[in-house]
Amino acid sequence: MAELTLRELSVSDHRGPRLQPLDVPAEGLEKLLPRERLRAKAAGLPEISEPAAVRHFVNLSVLNHHIDKAIYPLGSCTMKYNPKLNDEMASMPGFAAIHPFQSEELSQGAMAVIWELHEWLKAIMGMPSITTQPAAGAQCELTAILMTRAYHAQRGDPREEVIVPDSSHGTNPSTVNQVGYRAVTVPSGSDGCVDLAALKRAVSGKTAALMLTNPNTLGIFERQVGQIARIVHDAGALLYLDGANMNALVGLASPGSMGFDFAHINLHKTFSTPHGGGGPGGGVLCVREALEPFLPTPVLERSGERYRWSYDRPRSIGRVHSYYGNFGMLVRALCYVKSLGAPGLAEVSREAILNANYLKSRLVEAYAPSHEGYCMHEFVLSASRQKARGVRALDIAKRILDFGMHAPTTYFPLIVEEALMVEPTETETKASLDSFAEMLLTIDRETREDPERVKQAPTQTPVRRLDEARAARKLTLTWRDLEAEGDGA
Amino acid sequence: MLQKIGAPGIESLWEAIPPEFRIQGPLPVDPPLAEYEIARRFAQWAESNADAHHYACFLGAGIYDHFIPAALRSLISRSEYATAYTPYQPEVSQGTLQTIFEYQSMICELTGMAVANASMYDGATACAEAAHLAMGATGRKVLLLSEGVHPHYREVVRTYAAAGSFEVREMPLERGVTQAAALARALTPEISAFLWAQPNFEGIVEDGAALTEAAHAAGAYSIASADPVALAVLKPPGHEGADVVVGEGQPLGVPMGYGGPLVGFFSIRKSDVRRLPGRLAGVTVDLEGRRGFVLTLQTREQHIRRERATSNICTNQGLMALANAIHMALLGAQGLRDVAVQSAEKTHYLARRAAQVPGVTLANGDAPFCREFVLRLPAPAADFLRAAEKRRILAGVPLERFDRSRPRDLLVAVTEKRTREEMDRYVDALTEWARRPAQAPVEETAWRS
Repeated sequence: MAELTLRELSVSDHRGPRLQPLDVPAEGLEKLLPRERLRAKAAGLPEISEPAAVRHFVNLSVLNHHIDKAIYPLGSCTMKYNPKLNDEMASMPGFAAIHPFQSEELSQGAMAVIWELHEWLKAIMGMPSITTQPAAGAQCELTAILMTRAYHAQRGDPREEVIVPDSSHGTNPSTVNQVGYRAVTVPSGSDGCVDLAALKRAVSGKTAALMLTNPNTLGIFERQVGQIARIVHDAGALLYLDGANMNALVGLASPGSMGFDFAHINLHKTFSTPHGGGGPGGGVLCVREALEPFLPTPVLERSGERYRWSYDRPRSIGRVHSYYGNFGMLVRALCYVKSLGAPGLAEVSREAILNANYLKSRLVEAYAPSHEGYCMHEFVLSASRQKARGVRALDIAKRILDFGMHAPTTYFPLIVEEALMVEPTETETKASLDSFAEMLLTIDRETREDPERVKQAPTQTPVRRLDEARAARKLTLTWRDLEAEGDGA
Repeated sequence: MLQKIGAPGIESLWEAIPPEFRIQGPLPVDPPLAEYEIARRFAQWAESNADAHHYACFLGAGIYDHFIPAALRSLISRSEYATAYTPYQPEVSQGTLQTIFEYQSMICELTGMAVANASMYDGATACAEAAHLAMGATGRKVLLLSEGVHPHYREVVRTYAAAGSFEVREMPLERGVTQAAALARALTPEISAFLWAQPNFEGIVEDGAALTEAAHAAGAYSIASADPVALAVLKPPGHEGADVVVGEGQPLGVPMGYGGPLVGFFSIRKSDVRRLPGRLAGVTVDLEGRRGFVLTLQTREQHIRRERATSNICTNQGLMALANAIHMALLGAQGLRDVAVQSAEKTHYLARRAAQVPGVTLANGDAPFCREFVLRLPAPAADFLRAAEKRRILAGVPLERFDRSRPRDLLVAVTEKRTREEMDRYVDALTEWARRPAQAPVEETAWRS
């Protein structure tokens, strides 16, 4: 039987941890606030004891796959090990129990952490200016495209379009639209890289920026990035690096030298902060000198040994976060880079690339690679051969779950038929890569010998395939919806 | 491994990177450090900050020093939750998915709405996304934004508005509250929504029913940015007809953490569900008819809909939303109410006593306040803050940060964790300082956000 909901587990008057008794004279709420502004009855929250609540959340937790259990090779997501030390450091009271509005004098340690992280990340990216205010990669994109608007507006040359490759992440065109530009898609060439001829045709005086992922979502380094930068810059437009794939480049190559005007980093990918089942992330946006005046306020400055937040930024696009971004993630990321040091950072990229190439070499006998040749830190396979046997990428993904491992990203990028996008990361050992490869080869055999077994998968997971169409048709989004259906079981 | 790959050497794997883009030699950064050396250095940084374990914290303004149960800290750090990805393979993500569903359910219980998403980055971006939703729903282009909304949230809303999708017009407060007649005048036909705060930034409890009624009379949406702890005792805006209720979830079990990571909650009426930004979990059944949970209505989202998505949000604040869910489960209806009642009682205790100090008044007179209030001091608040810091008291947030015309106003918050002894110490410090406030002008402060 599935785990009940908290509402179903509730028992009248059961309670968790209690407060100290009130130590000031009680006036009563009705005396303190107008009666008509008060709730008529208590909120419908659960009534449950602490041990029952703990069991509930523990029982639910074990239904999850997670990186501390086994390989989690989601392409573009960089599911690497999250060092425990990082969490321990971030939870010290001097970081966790400090208020964003306490005086700068009493926050110097926190500001020093942010400053030092900035110095490391600027060196890694080869770019001079930085903000860590965005909460996630998509918010870095939003920040940069807003800065792009401000930059062109200041030059008296407003633009209308932002170009994105057809292999780009969905956040790119979505951001472009949210900032009031039109997204123009350019196709990839047969080599998986941006088609330069098509790019030249697409770029014009209307172009505000090009958003490029490098290595791209096929795991291929855009080797013509220098020419791309020239084409974009010659048109007066800006070049944005979607840095989701920085795990291939840290310590090996720098986006600054490639001509990027903006480059983002996802701390929750490349810099090992936990993904948390969906977040929090940590967004870093590095920019060229010419764009520095447009960074969100406040900007961290240092004079002598003292740090201060600068609010006097007349050309800034303004704030994008309530305070200073996801500070707890910044502490973790600094802890990670200091643990690795300069040689360790480059070693991460080398091992991530080696692991991906090794895994790819073991799989190409059974699965068609999207492109021949070496890959960077990830690669894309097509389940086209398996599809001819009546088994789709989705079925293969579900079958993987039966082996206690996690599936690659499926059906992305959109330009590869039946895509399986695999990113093992540096975390995996050769033995772990071998067992993942053997499992995928076994599944390929099954698609020939026993395809139904794959199509019926998973059977070894806490639940079997779920009816997503039903969920969308009959929206049951809260306990109340569930009760209204009379479906308590 | 290289042999299997068929590569002559590891460097050949990245031969696609032209040499001019490669980093020659090691990065100009420090050598690696062992765990204990890192711990030593991070502890030095941490200890140089004033934390709420060593200072009596009366700071609020959206971030509060509330009690966080030990069981929450233990559960939230489990690898199964912390190191999982977004639940794209629901068969091995039922833990995350059911907790999102429970989180959505409990947010709706607090706000009085029908649907909540799986979280936004913070209260500020939740406000911006709510404004965006209302533009789409009403087809109108101007947001009326109450000055009772957190000044930083208003800044973020303006940043998002700069994209050109909507304009922002500000609605002032008078003596700390929204005035009904002025509001009715400001609600012209181009207004898509009125965005207001409950309680507002100065701690005052607004007449939510009247504000929502006024917005609706003008054909505009009513969007409330609400404090979730206060909602344990206040009438939820959803019960008064609000169309969108958003807010900052930090008071529900998330550490102050120098202002991040936070978590924005976002709740709406069911009729707007297809305009909802972000992720949403729903109930379904598996092949064998067992109940299960999935992400639903994903066609609203960027990874499917690309440029036609309702928002570009992808990564959210999932683990903090889980902290909210665990917090609400552990404290329950009564526990959360106790937190709200004790905070209100203590806030009023300190306000009463502070206002008795000669020269000190309540800036908003007798307007009803809930968990914080504005003190008007006889001299610059920045000077009192410094005097209080010497006694290990973080005495409040100076409103001069946001409005240069208010150097003597101090926003003071009191949570259930503050003791009577700490509040009496606060009043002693205030009394002594008010007797002889600094003669010299306080050094010009840089803040003005």
